[in-house]
Amino acid sequence: MSTFTPAPGGATLPRMVLAQARMEARLMLRNGEQLLLAIVIPVIVLFGGVAGADRIGIDLQGHRPVDILTPGVLALAVMSTAFTSVAIATGFERRYGVIKLLGSSPLPRHGLLLGKVLALLNVVVLQLVVLVVVGLALGWEPTLDHPLRSIVGAVLALALGTAAFAALGLFVAGVLRAEATLALANLVYLLLMAGGGVVLPTSAYGAASPVISWLPSAALGDGMREALVHASIDGRSLLVLAAWAAVGTLLTARTFRWE
Amino acid sequence: MPAPTPAVEVDGLVMAYGDKVAVDGLSLEVARGSITAVLGPNGAGKTTTLETCEGYRVPQKGTVRVLGLDPQRDRAALLPRIGVMLQSGGAWSGVRAREMLDHMASLHARPLDTDMLSDRLGLADCGRTPYRRLSGGQQQRLGLAIALVGRPELVFVDEPTAGMDPQARRTTWELLEEVRADGVTVVLTTHHMDEAERLADRIHIIDRGRVIASGTPGELTREGRSATIRLVVNRPFPDGAPESLRVDLGPDTEVRQLDEVSMLIHGPADSTTLGLVSRWCEQHDVLPETLNLGQRNLEDVFLELTGRELAP
Repeated sequence: MSTFTPAPGGATLPRMVLAQARMEARLMLRNGEQLLLAIVIPVIVLFGGVAGADRIGIDLQGHRPVDILTPGVLALAVMSTAFTSVAIATGFERRYGVIKLLGSSPLPRHGLLLGKVLALLNVVVLQLVVLVVVGLALGWEPTLDHPLRSIVGAVLALALGTAAFAALGLFVAGVLRAEATLALANLVYLLLMAGGGVVLPTSAYGAASPVISWLPSAALGDGMREALVHASIDGRSLLVLAAWAAVGTLLTARTFRWE
Repeated sequence: MPAPTPAVEVDGLVMAYGDKVAVDGLSLEVARGSITAVLGPNGAGKTTTLETCEGYRVPQKGTVRVLGLDPQRDRAALLPRIGVMLQSGGAWSGVRAREMLDHMASLHARPLDTDMLSDRLGLADCGRTPYRRLSGGQQQRLGLAIALVGRPELVFVDEPTAGMDPQARRTTWELLEEVRADGVTVVLTTHHMDEAERLADRIHIIDRGRVIASGTPGELTREGRSATIRLVVNRPFPDGAPESLRVDLGPDTEVRQLDEVSMLIHGPADSTTLGLVSRWCEQHDVLPETLNLGQRNLEDVFLELTGRELAP
């Protein structure tokens, strides 16, 4: 048989999806700006918040700052990767023709999406591990009143939050040009970090809090705090996240352009 | 066993973007195991036609069959069997050349050995270079490697040698010839005449979304009625030389002065024309040093068919 004698065929779907996930995760972790967003900023927020909490004068209802801030920073990390990183990466994949080229490969589109989700989860888990260790080093003590409920509440919030933000990130990347996506994804991240109820409890925003609590950022933050501070599953926040995930998915499915 | 259907059949394809018609009732066939060139100027509809065959675009009118399959309906069955080289891009900016090739290999069941492929395409030295730092020619070669890595039956290559230096072009041509010898069908677009003449078994010349001529390179260059004559003389032409020569040669002829001692004459390829040219030289007291009846090439064919130059 000569060198180029045809022997076509796609790899099995699981192999293709895993290959795609590995590739995307590797590229995400290689990118300096994305690492800054994924790890460095959340760590700085956690340090800064714990050190400066007394001076800001926010009502933490008798809890230690580190116990309130750590769940919020975990939520922030999810938001940065699932929304900002996914949007930017996907926007440039469209721009550079990566999605187009993959569109002529045996990897089907649902395989590409699945690979993206796995890569995203991979990075999120890595972030959570780092941030939990940093939190514990700073003296974080999650509530141990009902560990199972805490874990279920946190995992549900993280999963739904990841889904909601990833769907919204793909929506932005699918309709805007790459540069516009880059700008908007960073801007939204900064706005939500500052005023979106993610790091600080929604209750800290005074009169604006009823509005803010409907944001996916606040729902994710509140869901994490309820689970890890009060050992309860925050049904309302989970529903808000599920609704955002549904809206984001619908919008993406309707509008996403592969090229 | 002879293949039952052509590798590609396009019949009456129409594609328009807004009110701009890119492809206007185009029909062509590609035989299995051949190299077929789709030749035409920029904007002729080459890429749109290719992208319809690759399943990226839905035909607005007409039918497209690739390996006997409908690129839209049978997408999942077709894609593993074809290789695609895009005109540009296709890789993450931060991905290393070799990493990208290995990744695309991993999406196939029986990929080519990527060491061998890198060597063959001169990518061994830039394997660790991020895509954005590769030269244009290296990006093209990586694109070609990606198109071939899954051992396809049919490859579509869009402007394969654009941006390559002459050495890389020749290497690429040799590779494509070897690919054909091993039984792969190659469809390439180009606006380089020399590429089509050198490589293709069959050429479809397209212009403004239609096939205006098809044939082997030999058929296309033999059929014509005209040729280019190159005239170089021993001392400068007198003023108004091109005009006066044209009057002598008649209205079917074009005369272009290149510099003060040479001219190109495009007209009927016969001894009458040559005789008229040498008599004109005698009358104007210049001695022809060169009087060549040039080999008619695809460039001339295109000019003749469309009245325009092919070069973008």
